[in-house]
Amino acid sequence: MVPPSNRRGGYSRRAQYSVFTGYMLAAIGALVGAILLVVSLIHPAAFSGLRGVASDLGAPVGKAGAAGRAGTQKTINTVSGFIRMGTQNAKLREENEIARVRLAEAKAVAQENKRLKALLGLDDGDLKPVARARLIGSTASSTRRFAYLSAGSSDGVKPGMPVRSARGLVGRVLETGADSARVLLLTDTESLVPVRRAKDNVVAFAEGRADGTLRLRLVNLGINPLRKGDVFVTSGAGGLFQPGTAVAVVTSVTRDGAIANLLSDPTSTDFVVVEPIWQPEAQALVSGKPLVSTQDGPAR
Amino acid sequence: MTRFETTGPRRSAFGQGISRSPSPVVATVVPHASILVASMLVLLPIIASAPVMPPVGFMMMLAWRLVRPGLLPVWAGALLGAFDDLFSGQPFGFGIMTWSMSMLIVEGIEARFPWRGFFQDWLVSGVIVASYLIVAAFLAGGQHIGAHLVAIVPQLLLSVLMFPIFSLMVSALDRFRLRPIRATS
Repeated sequence: MVPPSNRRGGYSRRAQYSVFTGYMLAAIGALVGAILLVVSLIHPAAFSGLRGVASDLGAPVGKAGAAGRAGTQKTINTVSGFIRMGTQNAKLREENEIARVRLAEAKAVAQENKRLKALLGLDDGDLKPVARARLIGSTASSTRRFAYLSAGSSDGVKPGMPVRSARGLVGRVLETGADSARVLLLTDTESLVPVRRAKDNVVAFAEGRADGTLRLRLVNLGINPLRKGDVFVTSGAGGLFQPGTAVAVVTSVTRDGAIANLLSDPTSTDFVVVEPIWQPEAQALVSGKPLVSTQDGPAR
Repeated sequence: MTRFETTGPRRSAFGQGISRSPSPVVATVVPHASILVASMLVLLPIIASAPVMPPVGFMMMLAWRLVRPGLLPVWAGALLGAFDDLFSGQPFGFGIMTWSMSMLIVEGIEARFPWRGFFQDWLVSGVIVASYLIVAAFLAGGQHIGAHLVAIVPQLLLSVLMFPIFSLMVSALDRFRLRPIRATS
């Protein structure tokens, strides 16, 4: 097949000019794009207003889709659960007994914790969530890992706020539109979360690797104490994330740390909770305001 | 060219075609709208923790350009790319630049090899999409470009293999676009 030869305008001066103008416009477009790209690489927050409007526009579609996704997963789970019913039932009963005992122990520990904190005069109430919302989409074709959230600045969501699901930390809010927000997922290479091992205090940084896993980098180098299956939770360092939120579980140990899988895989996350920034001082730091304006800190 | 085959005196392959012509509105809106919708497909309920989806908007534009040459103007890449930037997660300006450049490159290849077939189109789109994804990994604005490059390998293979599907979709849309629905007087 041969293309239509509208490239050569023949003897018509007007046709020749319009072909030339097309090429000029395309070249100018590429140039303008390059300039905008440099601007947004230097200031990643530039054009966030435009993106906010665009994701607000698409939010209703995404919400409908998210409901559909939850429905489909439930159906698949029902079918697969039916097949493995017998063995699973016995196993779950056993686990339930153990969990009940553990729960009682945990209650006792929480009680003791409260008493000790009262003794020390530490005021550490639970943070009240800012909003509950759905993850309505993600940048599945880009190497950057952003997700779209169905709540925005009109629900009180502000940049920097941690986003978590029932299973653990998902990411933090990066930009907000009126009814939607863009979330930096933990697996993005720009994401860096201070974590500690759940059972002791081995501290590390969890940074994203863009392929769905996290790299754990130990703060104290030396003999690597990590084992496969270690669970890591947020340490609270930096003040953004409330300490004790589950983050990842180690899958393979490397020379200076480990590769870990997310505990709260965004793929299977339905509803998420947006939490206020743990320490108001960190919020001031994130929003670039001076430290005095901290009246919109977490509800205590 | 089944478009011009008629199965009866008043019927063409597209129904009652006699004294009917395609609507110019549908004919221009369908290609552009399909590319814009493809760009917005990231709002589909796939929350991926790694890049898995092909750059659907970009591949849709490329398929329109290769399957139906002369339909999209050379400069269309800038506007369509700007729209894609709002959703894709790449830094703003990336789509404007790369989509315009791809349009110019396809134009150049077409001028050099005017007679071409499906497999040449596939080769051209494969090379362009692969380089688009690699450039995208370099200009995504994150840390650890090495990790990015490893992460895009499955997506890259999928994108190259998907071109026939996109060209089929485009030709189906093209038939829809040129349905004779408007009465000519």
